[in-house]
Amino acid sequence: MKITEKEVRYVAGLANLTLTDGEIGKLRTDLDGILEHMDRLNEVDTSGVEPMTQVLFEAGETATLRADVPVAPLGNQAALANAPQPGAGYFKVPKVIER
Amino acid sequence: MDIPSLTIDRVRQALLAREFSASELAAAALRFAEAENPKTNAYLRLCPERAMAAAQRVDERIARGEDPGALGGVPIAVKDVIVTKGVKTTCGSRLLAEYIPPYDATAVMRIEQAGGVILGKTNCDEFAMGSSNENSAFGPVRNPVALDRVPGGSSGGSAAVVAQGTAVVSLGSDTGGSIRQPASFCGVVGVTPTYGRVSRYGLTAFASSLDHIGPFARSVKDAATVLGVIGGRDPRDSTSAEAPVPDYSAHLTRDVKGLKLGLPVEYLKQLTSETGDLISKGVAQLQALGCEVREIGMPATEYAIACYYIIATAEASSNLARYDGVRYTSRSLASDTLSDMYRNTRGEGFGAECKRRIMLGTYVLSAGYYEAYYLKAQKVRTLIARDFANAFQEVDAIVAPVSPFPAFKLGEKVDDPLAMYLSDIFTITGSLAGIPCMSVPCGNTAEGLPVGMQILTKHFDETTMFRLADAFENVPRKQ
Repeated sequence: MKITEKEVRYVAGLANLTLTDGEIGKLRTDLDGILEHMDRLNEVDTSGVEPMTQVLFEAGETATLRADVPVAPLGNQAALANAPQPGAGYFKVPKVIER
Repeated sequence: MDIPSLTIDRVRQALLAREFSASELAAAALRFAEAENPKTNAYLRLCPERAMAAAQRVDERIARGEDPGALGGVPIAVKDVIVTKGVKTTCGSRLLAEYIPPYDATAVMRIEQAGGVILGKTNCDEFAMGSSNENSAFGPVRNPVALDRVPGGSSGGSAAVVAQGTAVVSLGSDTGGSIRQPASFCGVVGVTPTYGRVSRYGLTAFASSLDHIGPFARSVKDAATVLGVIGGRDPRDSTSAEAPVPDYSAHLTRDVKGLKLGLPVEYLKQLTSETGDLISKGVAQLQALGCEVREIGMPATEYAIACYYIIATAEASSNLARYDGVRYTSRSLASDTLSDMYRNTRGEGFGAECKRRIMLGTYVLSAGYYEAYYLKAQKVRTLIARDFANAFQEVDAIVAPVSPFPAFKLGEKVDDPLAMYLSDIFTITGSLAGIPCMSVPCGNTAEGLPVGMQILTKHFDETTMFRLADAFENVPRKQ
């Protein structure tokens, strides 16, 4: 067994996901099978191989930077338009301090 | 006007000859889409106001004697993971059911600047995660070719509208095959350009080192025209490339004599016999056109699925962290504390496949597993990219299947996530390498189900890919 129910609950906590007991059982089975398949990577000799973090292509040294000129921002109203609970120009959230 | 048979060229001729106006075409296309859509559920919503305004701008250009633009008046659909200002963009998720973006994606902006008329937004797997379009919170899409079958995924809606004729071309997104596989299943052309060719500004992020925007069309030429419009550097996407975008259509010469094509032996072993036969027939047609075909080895292929599903889910778990109930419309209101609000919003909002991938991605990135999974996968990714680099020392293009099998029945594979992942084998290798790849129709099975052939070329060499695909598409064959 690659992953236990306890580990599934731990990972759900890291991922900020509330899961039902039914979901946890199903995910344990699914992840177990998938992780077992992924263990295949251990067969590959990667000594001396650099990790590929991004697809690279020819570009100038500062090609990723745009010109440093101010552009109009989105604006407060537009930014808040999709907020579930806006208030006084901010995103409102439940209380942060617990206990 | 016969909307399902329209091409970009045909629309242009008709507009310039004043056969019909862009506004008349847009109104007719919207009516047609509204009437036909219930069969497939391919559009999630139409945006008639936006479409009519765009069409009117094209008519005004023509009235002033100006060029209508490369896509002037052409009815276009956009996958619902690509944001459209003022038009709801749900990503196929309940979490974003009411989300109205405050800006346009660069690809959307460029399409409208070129005179394109966006009719509506297309259905897809939730946050582009899936290979069948059955993971949409708004119901699956039915394949227009066979209504009891899936259209493929995740861009199932964008493939289906083009096959159904309710749009002339469409935009999809591809992370591991989400354009090519539905194109193959629905019998249309689907293109995943080089990584960096098209700006992702406004594409809802799934796996940032793998995400692409690309076109669907009923012909290679139309797909090439759309890529010409949306491609090119965008200061708003630091991963978009400076490389100049060629005039692809000028290179569709039909002359492919002497092109060296590679056939990966590792791929051919895994096909159903009917798909294998169609691909072999396609290869023979390419040989008849004067291409030289040789077998090539891609030894890292068997590790591609594991590699992809580690990298893609790791990046997804990070990208989807933003849907926490603070900014994007949905919030679990029954929560007293901030952390409960995060957890409950996400637990209630995400569908099963998104949860599975978030969990997998979080697991492979978590303390103690990062090196064994994520870092290892990134190294294997280097080896997969190296396989392609080695192959392109010898050949100009690689020819391969898109999917091991044609469109399957709705519900047939939903209960086995690993089997669904394994079916992505032929498309994810090109995605991992970041090279251009496309699906072009290759024939139908005895049951009448389309099968696509995949063509892959070097980074930024879409020109050769389109030239080969266009020549192949125009081989005379009986349907």
